[in-house]
Amino acid sequence: MEKFIAIEGITKRFPAPGGGTTTVFEDLWLSMARGEFTCVIGHSGCGKTTVLNILAGLDVPSEGAVIVDNKAIEGPSLDRAVIFQGHSLLPWRTVMGNVSYAVSSKWRRLSAKDVTEHAQQVIDLVGLTGAEHKHPSELSGGMKQRVGIARALSIEPKIMLMDEPFSALDALTRGTLQDEVRRICLTTGQTAFMITHDVDEAIYLSDRIVLMTNGPGAVIAEIVENPLPKDRKRTDFHKHPRYYGVRNHIIDFLVTRSKSFAAEQGATFDRRNVPVVRPSTSSSHDGDIDGLVTSINRQVRLLNTTKKMPRGKSLKERL
Amino acid sequence: MNASPGVRLAAAFVSVVIFIVFIAAWHAATQGTSAVQGMDPEYAKLMGITATSGKSPMPGPLDVGAKLWEHLKQPFYDKGPNDKGIGIQLGYSILRVLLGYLLAVLVAIPLGFLIGMSAVMSRALDPFIQVLKPISPLAWMPLALYTIKDSSLSAIFVIFICSVWPMLINTAFGVAAVRKEWLNVARTLEVGAIRRAFTIVLPAAAPTILTGMRISIGIAWLVIVAAEMLVGGTGIGYFVWNEWNNLSITNVIIAILVIGLVGMVLDQILARIARSVTFPE
Repeated sequence: MEKFIAIEGITKRFPAPGGGTTTVFEDLWLSMARGEFTCVIGHSGCGKTTVLNILAGLDVPSEGAVIVDNKAIEGPSLDRAVIFQGHSLLPWRTVMGNVSYAVSSKWRRLSAKDVTEHAQQVIDLVGLTGAEHKHPSELSGGMKQRVGIARALSIEPKIMLMDEPFSALDALTRGTLQDEVRRICLTTGQTAFMITHDVDEAIYLSDRIVLMTNGPGAVIAEIVENPLPKDRKRTDFHKHPRYYGVRNHIIDFLVTRSKSFAAEQGATFDRRNVPVVRPSTSSSHDGDIDGLVTSINRQVRLLNTTKKMPRGKSLKERL
Repeated sequence: MNASPGVRLAAAFVSVVIFIVFIAAWHAATQGTSAVQGMDPEYAKLMGITATSGKSPMPGPLDVGAKLWEHLKQPFYDKGPNDKGIGIQLGYSILRVLLGYLLAVLVAIPLGFLIGMSAVMSRALDPFIQVLKPISPLAWMPLALYTIKDSSLSAIFVIFICSVWPMLINTAFGVAAVRKEWLNVARTLEVGAIRRAFTIVLPAAAPTILTGMRISIGIAWLVIVAAEMLVGGTGIGYFVWNEWNNLSITNVIIAILVIGLVGMVLDQILARIARSVTFPE
């Protein structure tokens, strides 16, 4: 595989309160190809945002390096656009002002007219035509995030870095924006790296899903190759026969394996060559009728036991 | 604050009532008692109407109104050093305040940027600011007079020294408190330090800076009256003191009123500028 982005053995440590250090993650290795869409999933506190910030150049690793296009990164660059979690628009600038600020930062000698023209194209692309002269405070959450996307796209970056870009949005808006991002990334061949908590979002958008274990001392446990076809649609990708295989695999990881992974694998785990898995329909939790029946039976059993349980026991004990 | 029309109307009504009650009470309090009986006419002439007809020595609202009208008809007359129109006196005061204040802006805002952006400078300059800030500006007056050797310039210096602190502290605070996410936007766009200062830090800190500037203009206008009482010559502060020496309480009351009105106008100008740079989030 051609390595467009290569994360090579990065570690992040913070000084812990009361002396010593806390290792957020250690010795991470990951490479991405050009035009690939990669999602990272993991619990809060596993250092996903720190990884993204290191990729963006906003943070530096304690050890290791990141190589993009055969060059080690040194600080932020216009080649790598960031879509921030909290949209981070400049509230004193209009939509046009926010986008053209990015455009004029990238092409410093461009005339004001050309800047506006280019910004207008990107604003049209994300569907904000007509809202150019509004201030961020006058926009809904979804529209604000569209401006964030437009700002990132406007500088025509080599890589888009997205930190839970849709987590603050309602389900409908999130769906539309996912469609937009997917469309734009597919048509422009954009390389993208995205952090998310939403398993379906990861399956819909990405080519590969990186699973991180819990911090501190988080590692990349697995890379899941998305078995769904490239031309999947948001309306029916969840009906694809392989959908539940991937979904269950990821959820199993998040619910149980992300905690126990470190203990199970121990020191023998090769962090440089993380296993790549491609969940298939033959998985035991594939959402077919048998699986559904098993699941229902389990719940019925659970209900029955609950009835017999003495009062005052916690849910955890009952399970 | 956006009050509904009903609330505004009611508030205006209450304001007018308070004003009328105040004027009426003032008028009643300064009304003369009955004339003194059986005084020797020669003696009465010497004593004047205050003693003879029981007129209160305190001017009533009608006296003040009449005098005010006189001043407004002719605000800019100049009949020698001790008799100038109230407009001229105010002009001197406003000029001094503006000069001292502009000087303070030129020093406080760049210095505030430096302190806000550099943790070292912030800590290094903090003890000086903490000591200098609580000094009454008038305490600088003798030193200013001694070194500058010009009373008018000394007054400007006193205005400068009193208005520099709120602006300096607010600018430093505003600059230091610029949200990291906005600075990160500039970093990812590879914006240089100078452009970042003008396009991110300045607009983000502008509301805080303007708050400091508004506090400063208020303090400057408070201090100019006292400073001019000390340095003398011209200005509204000198006018107050001069009219006190003339025992013209009417003019003193008029000066108090005018000082309040000008102070309000200065504050409102700054408030308007502050509104124009404030951004809703």
